[in-house]
Parts: sequence; C-alpha cells; structure tokens
Amino acid sequence: MALEAKNIYFRYNRKQAWILQDRSIKIEKSQRLAIFAPSGYGKTTLAMLLAGYLKPIKGEILLNNMPLPRKGICPVQLIYQHPEMAINPRWKLKRVLDECGTYNADIIDTLGIEPAWLDRFPAELSGGELQRFCVARALISGADFLICDEISTMLDVITQAQIWNVILRETERRNMGVIVVTHNRYLADKIANQTLDLTV
Amino acid sequence: MKKLNRRKKVIIWTVFLVLVFLCLYACGILIPEDVIASDFLDAKHMPSWKHPFGTDALGRDLFFRTLKGLSISITIGMIASAISAVIAILVGISVAVGSKPLDSLINWLIDLVMGIPHTILILLISFALGRGLKGLIIGIASTHWCSLARVIRGEVLQLRSQPYIAISRKLGKSSRWILVHHMLPHLLPQFFVGLILMFPHAILHEAAISFLGFGLPPEQSAIGIILSESMRYLSTGMWWTAVLPGLTLVCIVLLVDKIGEHLRKLIDPYSAQE
Amino acid sequence: MEQKKDALLKIQNLSVSFRRYNHGLEQENLQVVSDLDLTVYPGEIVAIAGSSGSGKSILASAILGILPNNAKVDGNLYFKGETLTPQLQQQLRGTKIALVPQSIAFLDPLMKIGKQVDGHRRPKPVQTRKALFARFGLPQEIQYLYPFQLSGGMARRVLVSTALISDAELILADEPTPGMSLDQALEALQMFREIADQGKGVVLITHDLDLAFEFADRVAVFYAGTTVETAPASDFKKGPDALRHPYSKALWHALPQNGFHPIEGFQPYAGNLPPACLFAPRCPYATEKCRTQAPLLREVRGGEVRCYYGA
Repeated sequence: MALEAKNIYFRYNRKQAWILQDRSIKIEKSQRLAIFAPSGYGKTTLAMLLAGYLKPIKGEILLNNMPLPRKGICPVQLIYQHPEMAINPRWKLKRVLDECGTYNADIIDTLGIEPAWLDRFPAELSGGELQRFCVARALISGADFLICDEISTMLDVITQAQIWNVILRETERRNMGVIVVTHNRYLADKIANQTLDLTV
Repeated sequence: MKKLNRRKKVIIWTVFLVLVFLCLYACGILIPEDVIASDFLDAKHMPSWKHPFGTDALGRDLFFRTLKGLSISITIGMIASAISAVIAILVGISVAVGSKPLDSLINWLIDLVMGIPHTILILLISFALGRGLKGLIIGIASTHWCSLARVIRGEVLQLRSQPYIAISRKLGKSSRWILVHHMLPHLLPQFFVGLILMFPHAILHEAAISFLGFGLPPEQSAIGIILSESMRYLSTGMWWTAVLPGLTLVCIVLLVDKIGEHLRKLIDPYSAQE
Repeated sequence: MEQKKDALLKIQNLSVSFRRYNHGLEQENLQVVSDLDLTVYPGEIVAIAGSSGSGKSILASAILGILPNNAKVDGNLYFKGETLTPQLQQQLRGTKIALVPQSIAFLDPLMKIGKQVDGHRRPKPVQTRKALFARFGLPQEIQYLYPFQLSGGMARRVLVSTALISDAELILADEPTPGMSLDQALEALQMFREIADQGKGVVLITHDLDLAFEFADRVAVFYAGTTVETAPASDFKKGPDALRHPYSKALWHALPQNGFHPIEGFQPYAGNLPPACLFAPRCPYATEKCRTQAPLLREVRGGEVRCYYGA
C-alpha cells in the first residue's frame, strides 16, 4: 500500500504564483518520511493536499493507485499544528475521542491521557495535553497513513519527546506510514528514515 | 452579607426581570372584560387612586386597558418573533449545508427585505391579509428575521472554516451529523438571545401598525389602538390617555431589552470573565 | 542592593493571579506565576525558555503593565533601579521598553505598514525605517500596504521592526521568529545581538531551545510559573552535567539531537500546584523536604537554581 502525489500543482487563486509545482512524492506503508523546509515553502499546503483537505489544481493524490475515498473514515489522517483549533471547544474530551470510533483504553493509556481529563473541556487543558487527544483520535480511527503537520512546534521539548515516542512505537506496531512536516532538522533526522527537502 | 460577584448579580437581575414580565403578562390575561367596560358616568377622569391611569372618553379604566393591551402585544410579539427566529435559523443553516449560489441567493434576499422600510412592508402584508391578528403576525414575522439570519449566517461561515469541522468530515461524519453535533450547540445561544432582542422590535411595530389603523380592529384593547384613540382627545387636555399607556409600552420594551442584554452577558465567554 | 542599581530590569518574587469564574458561580483566584525572579543586565540577551503555561507571556505583560483587569500582581519590579509603578509603566512602554508581540494579529489591520512602524514619533523616523526594512529584506513599497496584504513571515519582520525602530533600552521579544525563514530568523536575532552590544537589554521569550542556547547570554528556565534555573547559555551547550536543576537536565535530554528521552508526567496546572517544590512530583531526586518546603533561589556556579540539591 502506498500514498502518492503525482505531479501536483497547487495555488489558492489564479492571481497567485504556484505554491507547489510539479511535485511528486511516494511513500510506502511502514515508511516514515520527513518533509523538511522553512516556512513559505508550502509544507502545510502539501500536508493538506495529501490528506485530502485540499484538491490539487493539476495532478492527483493516489492511495493504492486509487483516488482518496470521499465518504467514510479517511485512511489518511492529518494532525494539525494547533490542537486547540482541531477540537470543538464546547465538547468534553470524552466526546472528542468518541467521534472517531470505538473507545480504546489501550491507546489512551500509552499516550498518557489521564482518565480525569476526559470529563474536562478543551480550555482546561494545555496544548500538549490536547495534542495527545488529536494523536489518539487519529490512531483510533484506524488510518493507514498519518500526516503530522508541525504537531510539536508549539510544545515544549519534553512533551514533544513524549508524544513522538508514542507515535513512533504505535505506528511501527500498526505498520502505518508517517509523514512528518517540520522545520526542525534534528527532529526530522530523529524520526524519519527518509527526508524530503522542499528547498531543493 | 457576602458580596455577590458580577455573574450572580446578573442572574438575579435576569430572574427578577423575567418575573416582572410574566406578572404583567398574567395580569393582562386574567383581567375580566367587565373591568374595562365603558361607564359614561366615570368618563374623562384624571389619574386618581381609583383609576391610576385615569379613564378615557368612554369611561374605560385606562390602567387595566393598558395591561390588557400589553398582554395582547406580548402575545403577538412572542408568536411573531418566534416564527421570525425560526426562519432566521433555517436560513442560516441552509447556508451551512448549501452551495455557494444558495448562499448568494440568501444574501440577496436578506438585503432585499432589509432594504424596504419595515413599517411599510408590514403594513402592506397586514393589509393584504385582511388586517387582524393573523395579518399582523405574518407581517411582523416575515420582516424581522433578516438581521438575526445575517448574524447566524456569519456564525455558520466562521464555524465552517474551523479545522475541527474539516477533521470531523475526514473521520467520516456526514454534513447532517456535523450540523447537529458541532454547529447547533454554537448557534442556539445566539438564537435565543436574538429571539429575545427581536421581541421589543416586534411589539413596537405591532403598536405602530395598530396605531395607523392597519393592524388590530378598534374594539381590541391593544396599545396602538389606545394611543390612536387618545389622539382625538389630546387637544382637549386629556394628556394621560396618551402619556401613561405610551410610557408603559416603553418600559416593557426596555425591560425585555435588558433581559436580552443580561442573557448575552451570561452566554458570551468574553464578558463573563470581567 | 548593589546589583539592583546596575540591573536594567530586576524582578523579585513576582506573582500573578487571575480572578475567574469556575464551573458554577463561585469566583476563585488562579495563581499562574509564583515567586518568579529574573534580572536583565545591560548588554545581554536573556532567553526565557519554558513550555506553554509556564508564565512566559504573562511575564512580558506584567513588565509592561498590560495585564487584563482581572489580574492581580504581587512582587517587586525595578527598571534601572526604579520601582515600576503603573504610571511609570505607561510612560516607559513604547519608549524605553518595547515589545515584539507574539502574534501578527497585533498589527492594526486598518493602518498602513509605514505609518504603523513610524508610530507617533516626530520627526518621522523614515530613514531608520528604510534601513531596517532593507536589512530584513522587506521591499520598501510595503509601507503603503495594509497588514492583510503581507505574508506571515513579512508581517513578523514588520513586528520586529516596530520594536527596533524605538530607542528602547529593553526589548521584550515574545516568540519573534516563528513563520520566518531560517535566514530571516538569524538576521532578526543578529539584530537583537547588535542592540544588546550597544548596551541595551533583550528578553527573548521562546520555546525553541536551540535558538535560546545559540543567541542568548543567559537562559532562564521557567516551570509552572516560576524560575527554576538561570544559567549561562554555554552551560546548556556543554550538556546536562553543567546544568543545575533536574528540569533543565530533563529538557536537555528530551531534545531530538540529545537522545529524545522524555521524563514522565506533566507540568502541573495553575490552581492545582504542588505544595512545595513545583517540580517535585516529576523529579527523580525529590525527597521529603522537597514536598513540604519550597526551595528558594540560590546561587550555584555563576547561575541560580531553585532546588535543594542542584549543584
């Protein structure tokens, strides 16, 4: 199984220059690819395209040589940079986990989510704690590919290491493909077994 | 006594105002017809202990007539603004699930209805439907939804661009599911506050239309009727027939407006922390 | 006493709490910063490193006196030996103390860039602005544009310009670099360096530890609203043995280039803080004393540490 971007072009409107031009990427399941670039190189746009949040103007995104499914749970899940925007502020966190499928005590445990947090509202937790829920949500959904768009940029290094260690362990166990979008060279080297530098 | 914090004060005020409002409404409904029957021996009296608002040219007690009139106004206002608010939320939601052309159409419709002065529009609709209660309610309901619809539409558009909505879609949730579980909980507080703030407009318009003679029939005790009757006697020095019922109407409008403001303060997370 | 005179900014035992409503109707006071100490001398860049919720941004607001109305501030703040009163803060902010805000939303959306950077200064500092823009690689034409017409990285550089154009003796930079490219970020930091070399002070608030180590003279590590360690930046480059506080050591070990090994647990919440040492519940070396009696800040090897055992 492979996720593939084939010669994609993208821009938000006609007046703009191309953000992505003739870009091709292929990643196999169980691989970990780091997309590395400073800001302004369309990292986030590429992540959104690969996860199906945006449609390329030209070219196509293929999963197993088929376009991404439009209905049902998407097998490519994106984790955002800002967890507080990725969670409905009026929902208790238990509901956030319920949204993605069956409650899985195992994942919640490994991510270090305290049972007491489930009865709280997002505003009562820190970014690092919320990001654990976003990761849990993506893992529980049973996706085959995980796209992590600067997920630890806003977190302190200890939380960053805690979360990434879980992601690495879990994705390995489930044989998932991971795409890491980051501007941190050290992080890219540590996590991925392949690096794509958008600047070249 | 322990000092109350702002939030508690607001809640106590709101409950108090709602009680006052309900009392007035109940009084108006419970007053028997014979209290406001005409009594020519008692006509044209200044306000006194026996008749707090005085009596009109036909000798009807103006205090009780005003209360009765208010309860009619409140009934019309409540029904009309409830219908209006429902229209508003339906319009807002159709933006949420609909396509871009639908949004443009709705926007155009809102601009159109807002462009025509309300009084004239209500007057025309009420007249076309044969005046009376029904015409008045339909007239008011079909003109007051625009501003709330615009607020809800804005809210929906803002919600639609939230990442958690996009994520929900990628987790396989349908538009309907997202509407019910993600969007409605955000919209309902807006809806209720909008409903309550719409109410004073509705009763003012009701009074205005009745005053102009295109609303309720003259035998009803509506405030608009009382005011328009009093016009004939103002020049003879019967000031109380216009001033006291008019002031009462203003008080009711301010009362409901205050309730709406308080509710908004309770719901709005930004002002709640002050 | 001697040091208080020399220091550009001295903060002693700063505590900030917010009054807020809990779930029901009761009001409560939420302590977010407690016993925070920080000193900035002329000519240095002090980086403040810590996770979100450790009180970094609140500190900047407290220095400028722009905390919201429901905040309560205790403790001593001195600017050049003078106590910072609300009146003095109002006088100093924008002239002697400048802020580089955290978000580009701080730009006035309805004011053109040029006017915004110039501010109320008379005569208009047009030449200085042009020179600043040139150094940041900002085209001069953007002075006629509105903020929404700029890219995120450009707006960031404009924000830094607004602070650098003032003659401020103290610059508080709250996360100034995200969104800039590496070159631009380095240029901005290089300019902070030059300003510091002119005898001014820079407080660099950041959660990017690599950046802090590289450009700052000293690094203050914040945890749960207090300073746990202040150390020369070189100590962080030397490694965990040169560091004093177990939390700083844990930070070092968690960096991707240093093993990526996190310690367990979470930073405690405001409103639910441990009774004594704030780090004790996660600390491998904690003893009974740490759980009953809060350690004071003490000097160790040219740095300061809030720990009984740091050496």
